[in-house]
Amino acid sequence: MIATTAMEVNAEARRILAVSISKLYASRSQRGGLRLHRSLLLSLVMRSARDIYHSSREIEMPCAAQPTPEPMETSSSSPAGEQIVPESQPELQTSEESESGDEGCEEGDITEDKENMSPTKQSRKRRGKAAAAPDFLPIKRARLEPGEERHAAPHCRGAESLSALSLNLNRAIAAF
Amino acid sequence: MAGAGGGNSDVQWCFSQVKGAIDDDVAEADIISTVEFNHSGELLATGDKGGRVVIFQQEPESKNQPQCRGEYNVYSTFQSHEPEFDYLKSLEIEEKINKIRWLPQKNAAQFLLSTNDKTIKLWKISERDKRPEGYNLKEEDGRYRDLNTVTTLRVPVFRPMDLMVEASPRRVFSNAHTYHINSISVNSDCETYLSADDLRINLWNLEINDRSFNIVDIKPTNMEELTEVITAAEFHPNQCNTFVYSSSKGTIRLCDMRASALCDQHAKQFEEPEDPNNRSFFSEIISSISDVKFSHSGRYMMTRDYLSVKIWDLNMESRPVETYQVGNCCCADKSSLYENDCIFDKFECCWNGNDSVVMTGSYNNFFRMFDRGYRQDVTLEASRENSKPRSVLKPRKVSTGGKRKKDEISVDSLDFNKKILHTAWHPLDNIIAVATTNNLYIFQEKLN
Repeated sequence: MIATTAMEVNAEARRILAVSISKLYASRSQRGGLRLHRSLLLSLVMRSARDIYHSSREIEMPCAAQPTPEPMETSSSSPAGEQIVPESQPELQTSEESESGDEGCEEGDITEDKENMSPTKQSRKRRGKAAAAPDFLPIKRARLEPGEERHAAPHCRGAESLSALSLNLNRAIAAF
Repeated sequence: MAGAGGGNSDVQWCFSQVKGAIDDDVAEADIISTVEFNHSGELLATGDKGGRVVIFQQEPESKNQPQCRGEYNVYSTFQSHEPEFDYLKSLEIEEKINKIRWLPQKNAAQFLLSTNDKTIKLWKISERDKRPEGYNLKEEDGRYRDLNTVTTLRVPVFRPMDLMVEASPRRVFSNAHTYHINSISVNSDCETYLSADDLRINLWNLEINDRSFNIVDIKPTNMEELTEVITAAEFHPNQCNTFVYSSSKGTIRLCDMRASALCDQHAKQFEEPEDPNNRSFFSEIISSISDVKFSHSGRYMMTRDYLSVKIWDLNMESRPVETYQVGNCCCADKSSLYENDCIFDKFECCWNGNDSVVMTGSYNNFFRMFDRGYRQDVTLEASRENSKPRSVLKPRKVSTGGKRKKDEISVDSLDFNKKILHTAWHPLDNIIAVATTNNLYIFQEKLN
């Protein structure tokens, strides 16, 4: 019973993540440029969905068990808990304004640590289709900046590359 | 109840006028983006996505029909903003008029501020109904006369002419906002005004356009740490040192400019604790405040978020004194509202003249009025079907449960593409202006 609910939540979280990512892509070509307020709200929804997705996956997959469940309070995530390597490059090259990049604390999870590894240590080889992002993502992938790497997909491949993608999108930095 | 308004529970609203094209194919430039009465209510200004401002003027009350307040007719139309291109950032700047604010009238001319995403302009609207005639050196059509034919000397005189209304830009306030301007507000001192974008608020002097003071800056040093943006700002109606700004997190901060030059430290913070039971993926979007308006008295302020209208007493920061659910979309599936972008809609709200009733728009071209004194609310509809002159508006009901009563509309049949984002209430009378996508409806109180 719990597994079914977790699966439904998982599916809903993935769907919302996919919708959010495509909205973020679409807003890049909007007249008037990126809207900071809208981008911030999109990234907050994405973060909520990603957190729920991970929590529900932990229920499904005991191998990636986390000691304490992550709180849903995305607004309380503090800069002090920032695990993301600061030298990651801005991804959205045309963005005028920044997105919220505050990802919150994700400790004690092996899969999360892999996500947080410095991108420069990853191989630049493009992965085959099997390891590509789940099929619900937009077909066009974000262009890599020079020096930026795609995150390596660990054993939970689909989930992590999805999360990594949403992380990178959150990290677009203002041009000034 | 039949209606809500002016402290009397028996107010009924009737259709007065509708402005705008009839056909369903809406040109994007014609989408109305702001509506504002001036301080006397005689003038009504609208701004649209095409950067135009249209001003309507109320006809004087006719003695033949004392039951009917004057109609609003076009007074002036002008192009306020044009599309621009920022070459440095390779971005187009939309010409859409985000806000219009009237200045209190000081002489024969009228002044208003209009703003798009980046530039604010002060417009002077003046009337000309006389023109000088009888020049000595020029003919009536402007050609210069042959000096040999000039044998007499006369004094030119002013003669009446057809009324001409001229709009001229008196000041252009530009290059002060990095982010998109969402609000402007004229101070009660009539000398200064503020403009707010997503992260900063600037204070301007109406006479000086090459300089502004930054009074609020919530931009974090590291933009990755951004958690909230400014969504609206307004000066207090009576206290020239006080203003408020609302945020995307659902908080309102009141600032006192006497405290310091940079008002990052708020004097008061108004926030209602979130109900943890209502938490969802979209809680942040729903709690984001889209509009904040002081009451005319200055004692209260009203905020609009996606689902409700809240009235706050400036003396109490912990929670609002009144909360009104707008409805119409709380039953709808939030994730489909997210997918079709409706959840990002920014609804405005307004007070009536004596602060007894508040109004806001919703979907399906419905708008809601909440009578604070009688604790009544009513849903009305702006549609061409109810547009017979002086026809009384019938209250609408949306059925929330499974069983739909007669005359009720089910949530599933609500048209979420027909939204009323902008409404305005005449400062003195029960006359309201309600903007659908590209039409402006004017409703008046039924007078017996």
